Amino acid sequence: MVLRVTDMGVARGGVPVLDGVSLALGPGEALVLRGPNGIGKTTLLRAVAGLQQALSGDVEAAPEGLVYAGHADGIKAALTVTENLTFWAQVFGTQGISRALEAFRLGPLAHRQAGALSAGQKRRLGLARLLVTGRPVWLLDEPTVSLDTEAVAMFAGAVRGHLAQGGAALIATHIDLGLSEARILDLGPYRAAPLAADDFDGVFL
Amino acid sequence: MIALLARDMRLAVRAGGGFGLGLAFFLIVVVLVPFGVGPQSALLSKIAPGILWLGALLACLLSLDRIFALDHEDGSLDLLATSPLPMEGIVSVKALAHWLTTGLPLVLAAPVLGVLLNLPGPGFGWLVLSLALGTPALSVIGTFGAALTVGLKRGGLLLSLLVLPLYVPTLIFGAEVARRGAEGMAPGTPLALLAGITCGTIALLPFASAAVLKVNLR
Repeated sequence: MVLRVTDMGVARGGVPVLDGVSLALGPGEALVLRGPNGIGKTTLLRAVAGLQQALSGDVEAAPEGLVYAGHADGIKAALTVTENLTFWAQVFGTQGISRALEAFRLGPLAHRQAGALSAGQKRRLGLARLLVTGRPVWLLDEPTVSLDTEAVAMFAGAVRGHLAQGGAALIATHIDLGLSEARILDLGPYRAAPLAADDFDGVFL
Repeated sequence: MIALLARDMRLAVRAGGGFGLGLAFFLIVVVLVPFGVGPQSALLSKIAPGILWLGALLACLLSLDRIFALDHEDGSLDLLATSPLPMEGIVSVKALAHWLTTGLPLVLAAPVLGVLLNLPGPGFGWLVLSLALGTPALSVIGTFGAALTVGLKRGGLLLSLLVLPLYVPTLIFGAEVARRGAEGMAPGTPLALLAGITCGTIALLPFASAAVLKVNLR
């Protein structure tokens, strides 16, 4: 098991949104999180990544095994594509960015300033970062935003290649990625019970 | 860590990086003071150490909110927080990068600007020494303030209010070293206190900055 989440409850802005979420990922497995807007997909992923404190439950994962990709790509507009990727490769202590450039067809853009890329190209650069980290568990929050169908297929291919190497991915998304092997977890049933309205005074007593 | 430092330095000198911002502000302040005070060279040389220190301090303050705000906006701070780098290391490197891009140019420019303020001859060496010793403390304290206010929209004013009181001891002892040096007195005591402040802040504040940054990212 590379990632196990047991009985996790998370809150956003002080309001509990999810409760009792349990999931497990083995090597080569992908899990897609689904649910309506506001159910807490991002919050859950951030809690698993350790960027946010969970209300309850715990996360078991290999130390330094997780990598998180959120809504923002963490791209520096003043640096070139190569410089951006090389920086992350150095931070994560890995070598070589050519595989990542190739996987997301960024080769022709390698020496372009990241600020001059289109939204979809920036997203591809943000996803290419996952490949240079060399970490086994990917936590992806809406990874396909602003990607066209071709790039979505490119991304699915990258995920599939990662799974084939024994990696795992936890993906929050609305669209169909074409990853038939991925399991789907609907977060609807885990919605946290709303705070009882009649206990409003009790909170302050 | 070295990669982060190299990236921050590179970003600072590229377009929109704000490398010369503090330096330009320092220059403007020091050039304008003689116009405001008038042509009294005796008075100017008396207030020169204080003005130079105050100018350097305000120039430092100017670029503080950029330390974490830019990385927070584009999401790289979240990604750095989940990277193998320890948070204490990240804030230390950020403070070092701030000092290299803001503090060090101020130290180097100060003797040139001292001429404009008619700083007495013996004061130049002590001025440079006091700034070289004191500005790292300004960067480290400023990084702590920036970590406290990261994620706040328009946090610049709050940052200044938080950081300025913490800058007071550095200013007092730094300016005192330069003043005593300029007047030919022994600057040993304030120099030791200034060095003590700098060493203390460098040793302790990165831990505090890392702790508040972790809380702020949640």
